Amino acid sequence: MSTLPNETLVEMQRRMLRIRRFDERASKMVKRGQIPGTVHTSIGQEAQVVGATMALGDDDYMSGNHRSHGHPIGKGSPLGPLMAELVGKATGVCGGKGGSLHLADFNVGSLGESGIVGSSIPIATGAALSSKVLDNGRVALAFFGDGAANQGCLYESMNMAGVWDLPVIYLCENNQYALSTPAHTVTSGVIAERAAGFGMPGVRVEDGQDVLKVYEAVSAAVENARSGGGPTLVEVITYRYNEHSEGLRLGTDYRDALERESWVGRDPILSFRKHLVDSGVATEDEMDQLEIDVLAEVEEAFEFSQESPFPEPEVAFLDLYTDNPIGAHA
Amino acid sequence: MTVMSYLGAIGAAQREAMEADERVIIIGEDVEANVYGTTGAGKSRKDKGDFLEMFGKNRIRNTPISEEGIVGAAAGAAMTGLRPIVDLSYSSFLYMAMDQFVNQVAKNRYMFGGQASMPVVFRSAMFYGLSTGAHHSDRPYPMFMNVPGLKIITPATPSDAKGLLRAAVDSDDPVLTFEACTLWGSKEEVDEAEYRIPLGVARTHREGSDVTVVAISGAVPEAIKAANALAEEGLSVEVLDPRTLVPLDREAIVASVARTGRLVVADPAHRTCGAAAEISALVAEEAFGSLRAPIVRVTTPDTQIPFSPAIEKQLYPDAMKIAAAVRRVCDVPEPAQETALSAR
Repeated sequence: MSTLPNETLVEMQRRMLRIRRFDERASKMVKRGQIPGTVHTSIGQEAQVVGATMALGDDDYMSGNHRSHGHPIGKGSPLGPLMAELVGKATGVCGGKGGSLHLADFNVGSLGESGIVGSSIPIATGAALSSKVLDNGRVALAFFGDGAANQGCLYESMNMAGVWDLPVIYLCENNQYALSTPAHTVTSGVIAERAAGFGMPGVRVEDGQDVLKVYEAVSAAVENARSGGGPTLVEVITYRYNEHSEGLRLGTDYRDALERESWVGRDPILSFRKHLVDSGVATEDEMDQLEIDVLAEVEEAFEFSQESPFPEPEVAFLDLYTDNPIGAHA
Repeated sequence: MTVMSYLGAIGAAQREAMEADERVIIIGEDVEANVYGTTGAGKSRKDKGDFLEMFGKNRIRNTPISEEGIVGAAAGAAMTGLRPIVDLSYSSFLYMAMDQFVNQVAKNRYMFGGQASMPVVFRSAMFYGLSTGAHHSDRPYPMFMNVPGLKIITPATPSDAKGLLRAAVDSDDPVLTFEACTLWGSKEEVDEAEYRIPLGVARTHREGSDVTVVAISGAVPEAIKAANALAEEGLSVEVLDPRTLVPLDREAIVASVARTGRLVVADPAHRTCGAAAEISALVAEEAFGSLRAPIVRVTTPDTQIPFSPAIEKQLYPDAMKIAAAVRRVCDVPEPAQETALSAR
């Protein structure tokens, strides 16, 4: 990976920091009642997200899940409209109709996050079918968790992608818990090894806290897909620091406190900063400045979300159909 | 004009759409082999070739039996530049893909604030009345009427099937088309040239002044049959087919009942929360003052469909039941003697 230009490496750190600071802010906003409902943060999983999204090209497609903010941020979506969407404002990336769970930014190839576990996997598969039929060289990537790895639609999708050689990457973000349920207690065998049953490569990135390892694995899969080699299943082992969703109080210790501490000790952002400085890509001062810049970006996004107006009531009836904005039965 | 069967008209519309726009593809189970006769010429015109030969494997694709995956992939493809027509074969197979229909196909444009358009058509056949048993006999369009974001069409004649399907492929919104197998063999003169029937425009099959019969899908020919027989009894029956249930031509229905003052709705789907219930409620809300008699629904009762033909056929709206309902709302006694209907 030493061939990557310095600005790409710094951009990786910038996007990981954006996700961390954005989600820290969102978490606070939930607790202060500034965001209705809840959010699911990607704090701790930034390397896994950014390693994957930066391996994609600007025109490539992506679909995601309830742990939803990191994906569009990692793909380059501006923070203001994302934050405004979390608050339910008219300037939100979905005009206030999606919310945290349903972020989408088609400008960066983000075809939408899904509140239904696994449900967006066929969407990415279909985007890859478009690329194949239209022969436009685009690749699609489906993010899903270890929980969704046990949904049938994943295997229907993998089978179709396999027989049709679709340019799609199935990226399992294995953070080891489906809410409170340890993945190994509900998952038979190794997720990455399931690829073999569909005649496609299955790759397991054991250190999903290392952004370069994730980037390397996903880049290889993207290159293979783009050159007509078909789909790949990539499983990345990672860990979320926070609770399944912000504000959730389960009253049960399904995770060992020491386990969390050991993962926090291998923090993807701190580790990568050290790597960048040690390898001479950036100085400590430059890294400090990057932190300051990203914090300012998040602050600006917050201000934007607060200053923006809420949508007008009639917006509830828009965008149901392309030719009948009020909806058929209104 | 040329004589086409219902299935032939669907095939003609699909061929037109495939020829007109390279972004149109057909995917589904057994579409390559033209098993249902809608992805190629009929057996008697085999020399004209199948779609697979005409359009190639890139645009005509057999799918695995994976309805959830097929429907979701079609949605994803529609969101990224294709205009898929998905052949789902039997309507009851749609249930396998309910999550994709309800959570992705119907919601994505709305949830994402209009960023997505979803130009995809899902075709399925309703095999009721043919002893196919409970798993293959469903008429499930009312379930989907309850999902905002979907458009639903139920063509009842070959010419409507051709024009509505063509308009459905043109639509930038998802359209589900429900095709009653009882109509498959029906034939009529159909325009071979391209034409489109806009969604949301009802068709008046027969004008009348005593009662409006709103008939849906396979109930349409039965309603026409009933109306013709009742004319001999001196009753003037208007037969109106909404043709599309979402959007629904509310104005045409209300205007017809405002003229006739009576409404019978004939709908092969189940009774509770069905299309007939919606149309009845619409008229009760919008044309109550015009009503001279209570509204009567002729539907399939809320039971599952049995296999044995001895007990299945009685369940669906037919001309006799529709005629009986018309007499009831017109306060006309059942004829003592044999009529054209009872003799058939």
